[in-house]
Amino acid sequence: MQYFYLVTIVLLLISLIKDRHKTVAALKTAYRHFIKICRPFLFMIMLISVSLYFVPDSLLTEYLGKKNMLVGFISTSLLGSVILMPGFIAYPLCGILVKKGVTYTIISVFTTTLMMVGVLSYPVESEYFGRKITIIRNLLSYLIAIVIAVITGLIYGELF
Amino acid sequence: MQVAGIVLFVLFIIISLSIGYKPGLEIYTNFISLLTKMIKILPCAFILIGLFEVWIKKQTVQNNFSGIRGYFFAILLSSSTMGGLYVAFPVAYSLCKKGVKMEFVFTYLFASAVFRIPMTIYEASFLGLKFTSIRLLATLPLIILASIFMGKYLDKNPHFGIQISRENRQ
Repeated sequence: MQYFYLVTIVLLLISLIKDRHKTVAALKTAYRHFIKICRPFLFMIMLISVSLYFVPDSLLTEYLGKKNMLVGFISTSLLGSVILMPGFIAYPLCGILVKKGVTYTIISVFTTTLMMVGVLSYPVESEYFGRKITIIRNLLSYLIAIVIAVITGLIYGELF
Repeated sequence: MQVAGIVLFVLFIIISLSIGYKPGLEIYTNFISLLTKMIKILPCAFILIGLFEVWIKKQTVQNNFSGIRGYFFAILLSSSTMGGLYVAFPVAYSLCKKGVKMEFVFTYLFASAVFRIPMTIYEASFLGLKFTSIRLLATLPLIILASIFMGKYLDKNPHFGIQISRENRQ
C-alpha cells in the first residue's frame, strides 16, 4: 500500500517537473473519473455491507473458497460471462471478496469472463462481425478465461 | 434508483444508530470499514490513470500492421482504448475496413478487453501487482494464439467475414 502511494507521488512529481499544464490536466481527469463513479461506488459499498451482514464469511469461503472449487468456478465463470458490470465497480468488489477468503482463481475467472465474454453484448457484436464470428470469439474468450484462471490458481497454490 | 437506495440506507443507519438496532450497527461498521479501505486506494488509482491519459497520446499506428509487429501494434492500440468492448467493436470494424488483416483485428479486440492500461492500473490497485502481472503474462500468448486461429479460420471460410456486417445489411 505504501509503495502504491510512493509510486503515485514520484510519478506525479516527475510529471509536474516536466510539464505543469499536463499535470493539472491529469489531476482534472482523475477528479472527473472520481466524480463519475462516486455514486455507483457508494451504492455498491452499501449493497456489499448489507449483503455481508446476511452472507457470513463462512458461506463465502464455503462456496467460493478452496472447498467446492469446481462448482464455484463454473458458476462464477457463467455469471461473469452474462452480467454487465463496469470494471470500476468489479475490481473493488473483487478486492473485498479476496480479503473475505474468496480464492484468486475464482476472482480471475470472474473478472476475465466479465471483460472478455459478452453474452449481453452479443447483439452489438454480431451487428459488426456477424453471428458466427461473434460466437467463436466469445467461446474462445471463455476458454482463455478458464486457462488464465487455472494458471492463476496454480501460481497462488490454490488448486492442489 | 441509486439515489433512493442511498437515502434509504442513510435513514436506516441513522435510525439504527439512535435506537441501537444491532443488525443496523453491524452493517454500519461493515460500511465504514469498506469505505475507508476504498478511499485510501481510489485517489492514487485515479491520479495514475489521469497521468497515463495525459502523457500517452492515442496511438496512430494503424498503418503498421504487418508481421510480428502487427500484434505489437494491435496491443498498443488497444492499451490506450477507453471503455470496454463496446468501444472496441466499432474501432475493430474500421480496422477491418481499412484492410488490416483479420488476425490483428482480433488481437486488438481481445486485447482491448484485457490490456487497457487505465483498467489495469485500477485492477492492480485493488487486487495487487502479482495478480495483475500473472493475468497479463498469461493472456498475451493466449490471445495471440486465439487471433491466429481466428485469422486462419476466416481465411478458409471467407464468407463468414464482415460481409454480414452492418452496412451491407442495411
